[in-house]
Amino acid sequence: MTKRLASLLLTLALLPTTSLAAGGGALLESHANINDTASLQRGAALFSSYCAGCHSLNLHRYSRTAEDLDLTEAQVMENLAPAGAKFAETMQVAMNPDDAAAWLGKAPPDLSLVARAKPGGHDWTYTFLKSFYVDESRPSGWNNTLLAGSSMPNVLWELQGIQRPVYDGKHAGSAAPAHLEVASPGRLNAAEFDQVIRDLTAYLQYVGEPAALKRSSVGLWVIVFLAFFTFLAWLLKNEYWSDIH
Amino acid sequence: MANVIARTTDSVVGWFNDRTPGLIPFYKKHISEYYAPKNFNVWYYFGSLAMLVLVNQIVTGIWLTMNYKPSAAEAFNSVEYIMRDVDWGWLIRYMHSTGASLFFVVVYLHMFRGLIYGSYQKPRELVWVIGMLLFLTLMAEAFMGYVLPWGQMSYWGAQVIINLFGAVPWIGEALTEFIRGDYLVSDATLNRFFALHVIALPLVILLLVVLHLGALHEVGSNNPDGVDIKKKKGVDGVPLDGIPFHPYYTIKDLFGAGFFLTIAAFILFFEPTFGGLFLEYDNFVVANPLVTPEHIKPVWYFTPYYAMLRAVPDKLLGVMVMGGAVLILFLVPWLDYSRVKSIRYRGMITKSLLAMFVISFIALGWLGLQTGSTGQTWAARIFTLYYFGFFITMPIWTRLDAVKSVPDRVPAHD
Repeated sequence: MTKRLASLLLTLALLPTTSLAAGGGALLESHANINDTASLQRGAALFSSYCAGCHSLNLHRYSRTAEDLDLTEAQVMENLAPAGAKFAETMQVAMNPDDAAAWLGKAPPDLSLVARAKPGGHDWTYTFLKSFYVDESRPSGWNNTLLAGSSMPNVLWELQGIQRPVYDGKHAGSAAPAHLEVASPGRLNAAEFDQVIRDLTAYLQYVGEPAALKRSSVGLWVIVFLAFFTFLAWLLKNEYWSDIH
Repeated sequence: MANVIARTTDSVVGWFNDRTPGLIPFYKKHISEYYAPKNFNVWYYFGSLAMLVLVNQIVTGIWLTMNYKPSAAEAFNSVEYIMRDVDWGWLIRYMHSTGASLFFVVVYLHMFRGLIYGSYQKPRELVWVIGMLLFLTLMAEAFMGYVLPWGQMSYWGAQVIINLFGAVPWIGEALTEFIRGDYLVSDATLNRFFALHVIALPLVILLLVVLHLGALHEVGSNNPDGVDIKKKKGVDGVPLDGIPFHPYYTIKDLFGAGFFLTIAAFILFFEPTFGGLFLEYDNFVVANPLVTPEHIKPVWYFTPYYAMLRAVPDKLLGVMVMGGAVLILFLVPWLDYSRVKSIRYRGMITKSLLAMFVISFIALGWLGLQTGSTGQTWAARIFTLYYFGFFITMPIWTRLDAVKSVPDRVPAHD
């Protein structure tokens, strides 16, 4: 009976992997690590340089960034926040949403939860940022293999270089490129650029769930306690049940 | 000193006894002198675990309402406020969201226990029916709770499920408006679902739990052998195979609770979204009536029934199939004609049909999570037919199946 129950529980436990496999698509592995504080700090700096002009993080506070990323108030306010922002406030964007929609076709979304809102999570963010290519037919001049027709231009092109699509003969005339290749190199080589994207991805993953930094360390103690409690309860149960035959 | 304590305790107990003479007999009847069969196995943990999860949902739910805002404009951000700015808010929220999924894990296993050991058979029909009412109420409670975070899946899930009532002939349209309180899912819907989720349905659930236990304690618990322990009593009138619920099963359930909480803690602290099953990706996007998600699906615990709904091409018929799949469970006590209760004394027919039923139910759950391609739809149709066939033909195969004779006393094994 115990065996039968165990196999049932195992089946239940395997369910999520099958559902993930169904929705995953061709995502690259980000290897982003939110416990690497230096990576998060670089990611925060990159975000404020390249992303914060258009994208808000309106659920995330500057003060929380300082607290979680081992930064001082002065460091955060001088390097990460625009003039006039308040330390205790959330990260807003200066651009008017109506203007943004007029300029870019669609107002850039808030990115507070972007790393949680897509199947694959941080891998999605990572893959998306690496998948831009030149497409003259788009208003912005850019397209994206992961999110076709995205209205976002490749803001990191100076770092990455310019990618051009390569079509294979099989899908002549079809919109999706077979793969991308760097036509003119940027300031960074491929490995350096991957690290930039990884830092940004880690930062967005952290912003999506700041509690994740604390979650596993608290969890470890809770599980140690519960395991000990369960062990004692088991001893107690055996003691009480020793007279039942 | 010990004398003083004993005398004080006696006088306090005596004081209460003089004023509520029913209190101690009540305690004896339900706890200290409730004789449960001594041969409960691992399946018998899930009843007390369901109570544990219920308490967890109520307590964490109370704390969530302290910061949650039941309005379309604020709900989504208030949940994120709990996750980020409320001290330990993330823990409370994850306890509630993980608890919701584990509630169904525990309840499904609890129901399956009833199925394999024939715990619904005479004289426990009422226990089963009240349990089914609990299951139905729990489904409503979970559905309304899922709407509250006001993410895309909350919104569109609610839209789809409420629209099902539109299939009712004549009054369908009016009925959906009555449920929503508006022409579409809106602030009014969210607000009333909040009221139902935090007050009305929990009260119904608590009442039904009392009735479920009350009905059980009138007739006594079944056991994995299906032996009626009340048939063989000692000179003191106590069943020979019965042991007092307290301390034996209170201690045993304490161990079960510890084990269960350890597993729950692993999920909560290390994989709280459970790969997108317990908390879905789309629900981290705020509800938007203008953008329909590509793939609307309910949370995993509703997907077996959702797969049945989608398998039927006609809307009204689909709704009836989905509703029928839950309602047919109410009838199980009157569909089973077997002379024995437990699967241990039944033949190969019951065992194989039941195994295939488990496969069908899990397969339907998986199919309900998928996009619903043609192949998947046909698979869902086959499993749906099996699901209903299993119950409809139950009176036949339970009579045909060979049975072994059930001993008078609980046999020593395991």
